[in-house]
Amino acid sequence: MSRFIIPKHLEVPLGAVLPAPVKEQPGMITGNWRTERPVIDHEACTTCLNCFIYCPDACWHLDEKTEQMVWNADYCKGCLICINECPANCLEPVNELEFPDGVVRLEKPF
Amino acid sequence: MAKEVKTQNLEMAKSLRQVTQDEWYVPGHRTCQGCGPALVYKLVSKATGPNSIFLGPTGCMYVANTSYLCAPFAYPWMHTQITNGGAVASGIEAAYQVLIRKGKYKGELPNIVVMAGDGGAIDIGLQAMSAMMYRGHDALFIMYDNESYANTGIQTSPATPYGANTTFTPPGKAVPEGKVLFPKDAPQLVIGAHPAVHYVATASVAYPVDLINKVRKALNYKGPAFLHLHAPCPKGWLFDAAKTVEIAKLAIQTGMWVNYEWEKGEYTYQHTPKEYKPVKEYMKHQYRFNHLTDAHLAKMQAFIDAKLKAPGKPIAVPVQGPREQA
Repeated sequence: MSRFIIPKHLEVPLGAVLPAPVKEQPGMITGNWRTERPVIDHEACTTCLNCFIYCPDACWHLDEKTEQMVWNADYCKGCLICINECPANCLEPVNELEFPDGVVRLEKPF
Repeated sequence: MAKEVKTQNLEMAKSLRQVTQDEWYVPGHRTCQGCGPALVYKLVSKATGPNSIFLGPTGCMYVANTSYLCAPFAYPWMHTQITNGGAVASGIEAAYQVLIRKGKYKGELPNIVVMAGDGGAIDIGLQAMSAMMYRGHDALFIMYDNESYANTGIQTSPATPYGANTTFTPPGKAVPEGKVLFPKDAPQLVIGAHPAVHYVATASVAYPVDLINKVRKALNYKGPAFLHLHAPCPKGWLFDAAKTVEIAKLAIQTGMWVNYEWEKGEYTYQHTPKEYKPVKEYMKHQYRFNHLTDAHLAKMQAFIDAKLKAPGKPIAVPVQGPREQA
């Protein structure tokens, strides 16, 4: 028995226990970091999977039904490693302002 | 009555097509653009699979990943202090062994992986790592090497190369080359002093299939294993975020990094180029080496040439210490 009696309502658990995410972590959306986004030309793409394996944020995936690479717009930080490592040159950086859903907007920063 | 411990047998991937599309280090973390350690974490998670327990000693991959009470780990993950990554791994492994012996846990032993940075592995966390290797716990200790204490603002660590500009070693009039000391050889620290260790390897993010296979091979060994993984840091080494993998490839082509395996005393080398490029090719892309003169580059080249005669092995490298007279 402890010498110090702590009332029940003041007890706190040690550390922080967090639920594990399943497919993605929606608590930390990082899509609004980027200024340019990689745009893929599906006809030139050879699905060599270089973009899939080299992406630090796991934003490129192979869709097994269509055999095409799928890009995750919510989490891509725009580091453009995929463009640097693409051997088929089918990726192209395009400024976010070109897109209607572009995340970088001066009139609406957050 | 002792029960047999069921361990997992992980299969090797032969090509990129065989690497799983599932993610256990999921998108949604606060690491920098083009982060090399995050890429290492993603590849290691792909290699281990979901039946794993990861431990994160304090470092970039703890601070940047678990901020604001959300973490991107789809497996059990725990933060340990920077000093005791190896000690916590030892405790978890010993607890599982006891539960299996008493018949209270029926499944396979999970992969216990410590993801320590260079500070958590060979500087501050050295004693706990060494104790884990000495006692022979069945856990994997990974050192992802971004060559600095990057999460507090790029301070120098024992893995920082000679001549780097960090916030603790700024170049100036008195010390024109920035960092004066030459780095520690991390795999050699483990190989040289721990008889319970049978597998030590180095790998780079430039060759992801090789990295995944080395992680699986290390986990298939019963006993401790050590991996030293090269993870370029765009923010700390000051290069463009898109060049992370390019810099890792250049490190191998210039001999600044050598991929090798040490298995029960036998060395095997991977990805060695036919002819090494001069180290200047690697250093000119990084602003942290921008202040170096030709004399400093020659000193670095002499060090690398001496190391490349027998990479990973204990050989005499002619390095002048800071207290020696010129």
